[in-house]
Amino acid sequence: MTSMTPLLEVQSLTIRFAHSEPVRDLSFRVYPRETVALVGESGSGKSLTALALMGLLPSSARSGAASLTLAGADLRALTPRAWRRVRGREVAMVFQEPMTSLNPVLTIGRQITESLRHHEGLSASAARARAIELLDLVRIANPQRRVDDYPHRLSGGMRQRVMIAIAVACRPKLLIADEPTTALDVTIQAQVLELLDKLRRDLSMGLLLITHDLGVVGQWADRVVVMYAGAKVEEAAAETLFTGALHPYTRGLIAASPRFHRAHTYQDGKLSEIPGSIASAVGEAGCAFAPRCTHVRTECRLAPPQPIAVEAGWSVACPVALDRTEETRRVAVASF
Amino acid sequence: MMRGDATTLPVRGRWSVVGRPNALGAAVAPEPVSTSYRALRVFLRNPTGMSAFLLLLLVAVVSLAAPWIYQDDPLSMVARPFLWPGQDWDYPLGTDSLGRDVAAGLIWGGRISLLVGFTAMGLGVAVGIIVGALGGYFGGGIDNTLQRLTDIIQTMPSFVLLVVLVAIFEPSVQTVTAGIAVVTWPTVARLVRAEFRSLREKDFVMAAKALGFGHARIILLEILPNALPPIIVTASVLVASAILMESALSFLGLSDPNVVSWGSMIGSGRDALRTAWYLTAIPGVAIVLTVLALNLIGDALNDALNPRSTTTP
Repeated sequence: MTSMTPLLEVQSLTIRFAHSEPVRDLSFRVYPRETVALVGESGSGKSLTALALMGLLPSSARSGAASLTLAGADLRALTPRAWRRVRGREVAMVFQEPMTSLNPVLTIGRQITESLRHHEGLSASAARARAIELLDLVRIANPQRRVDDYPHRLSGGMRQRVMIAIAVACRPKLLIADEPTTALDVTIQAQVLELLDKLRRDLSMGLLLITHDLGVVGQWADRVVVMYAGAKVEEAAAETLFTGALHPYTRGLIAASPRFHRAHTYQDGKLSEIPGSIASAVGEAGCAFAPRCTHVRTECRLAPPQPIAVEAGWSVACPVALDRTEETRRVAVASF
Repeated sequence: MMRGDATTLPVRGRWSVVGRPNALGAAVAPEPVSTSYRALRVFLRNPTGMSAFLLLLLVAVVSLAAPWIYQDDPLSMVARPFLWPGQDWDYPLGTDSLGRDVAAGLIWGGRISLLVGFTAMGLGVAVGIIVGALGGYFGGGIDNTLQRLTDIIQTMPSFVLLVVLVAIFEPSVQTVTAGIAVVTWPTVARLVRAEFRSLREKDFVMAAKALGFGHARIILLEILPNALPPIIVTASVLVASAILMESALSFLGLSDPNVVSWGSMIGSGRDALRTAWYLTAIPGVAIVLTVLALNLIGDALNDALNPRSTTTP
């Protein structure tokens, strides 16, 4: 997989506001037809990263990157006009809140056709026919009738399907889903993720799945990028991460989740937690996780650790974790 | 967060039920009815709003039919002055101090009052929407500049400004209309700006941007339809206040001397207020009824267009 050219290449992305730097030196890649999960708790810079990839950062933000390439095109050099041709056509986004992301006064058909007519110049009738196809594609029952419905007549899950239909209308190469299931109840979550996965395969899109739900990650992602306080702490294939995560933060996150591989829930024992909060990362000169880390050493607080490759496609930004011998690692895996 | 998922969450790709049409949702979903039809139904079932609407319709139809009802110039002297209503059935509403037919004046005057009222409202709302939408959507320097402009007009007493504007230019239907529009657009602009400022932060605007839509498209097709209900309500009240302003101007003699309007009839009748009060009362009642109808329509529209109103469709 690493031999392919990446669909999305992000190198050293930094986003700055006047008094803060919510994303620091973030690098990752999304390959064609691949699902990459961007994981982190609230405030770790996941959503800002997504907005940066859409060119929709608030005007008060300054961003810089060594490379920001989508399908060979440099996104950094785009003018506002060129961005408008990229958004919706090359890269599209599904938002977290399906209840508010649809325009309440326009029919869903109109909202799907708008983007088709804007980007592909379809006629009104052709766009309508395509809209009905798309509603069918996202498995909305009775699409011929539903196409003239207003959003308030749809349930949350159906609205999110409509959002997905709008996003994939112009067959984007990359679909960014920013916590697409957080606002939905659990039974609908699985359906929506299944749908996203199916569309990713059928339309050969890359999928960047932004989430804080490790259950979602384990089931649907090929690779996982774990962020903490704006920086990447670990990147690995999903299976690797769940069996042998190295970074203390990643391991803390996994330990804090109910274990879905075994029948283990909060009723069987107390879940562990990571002490402290992400707010402690503010003003930290070295590793942002140092204030909460149980393995912290003095050198951790001097300079931010750089990602170190463990093996192909697996890197971790924690020299301490790597220092620990193969044996301690085995112990760690066993205890998980 | 994953309670109970240990056994129920399937391994990837083995979720056979997923994606099937949601039979439950399909069965419960009622026939699609658009929100605008809902609003129309609420409006039609509001007796006050409907009677006000019919009254306004009557005024409008009679005014528009004026050239067929009274062919002659309403300003021409046709009979003995100070005929009381009912005294001579050729002139059912009597004649004024110069022997002009009051009924003809009332009907022709309605044309001017409604024309000025609706045109001034249209101009004022158009300018107000443009200024308010640009300021509210873009914010920053554009907003500041436009807001100061709005403030300048709003700090002056609007009727005094109107009198000055009309007095500087030749009083005519056009200048009166334009003058009323000049003093009313700031109200609309403030309203539209407030709506746009809150709507531009909505998720659906961000979603529209994420689809690559430009500013013009987002302002006109995404945000404006959402901001329309309060604008429509304000517009109906603005017509009423424009009619009142036109009447007040005419009463002061600041109107086109070549046309008759309800205000100018009151103005010319005030000299004989004690002896022939009907000369002021008749056009006065016409103004009251029309303005009342417009205000009631505004209230009814407010109820109909507000989804949170208690009236159920």
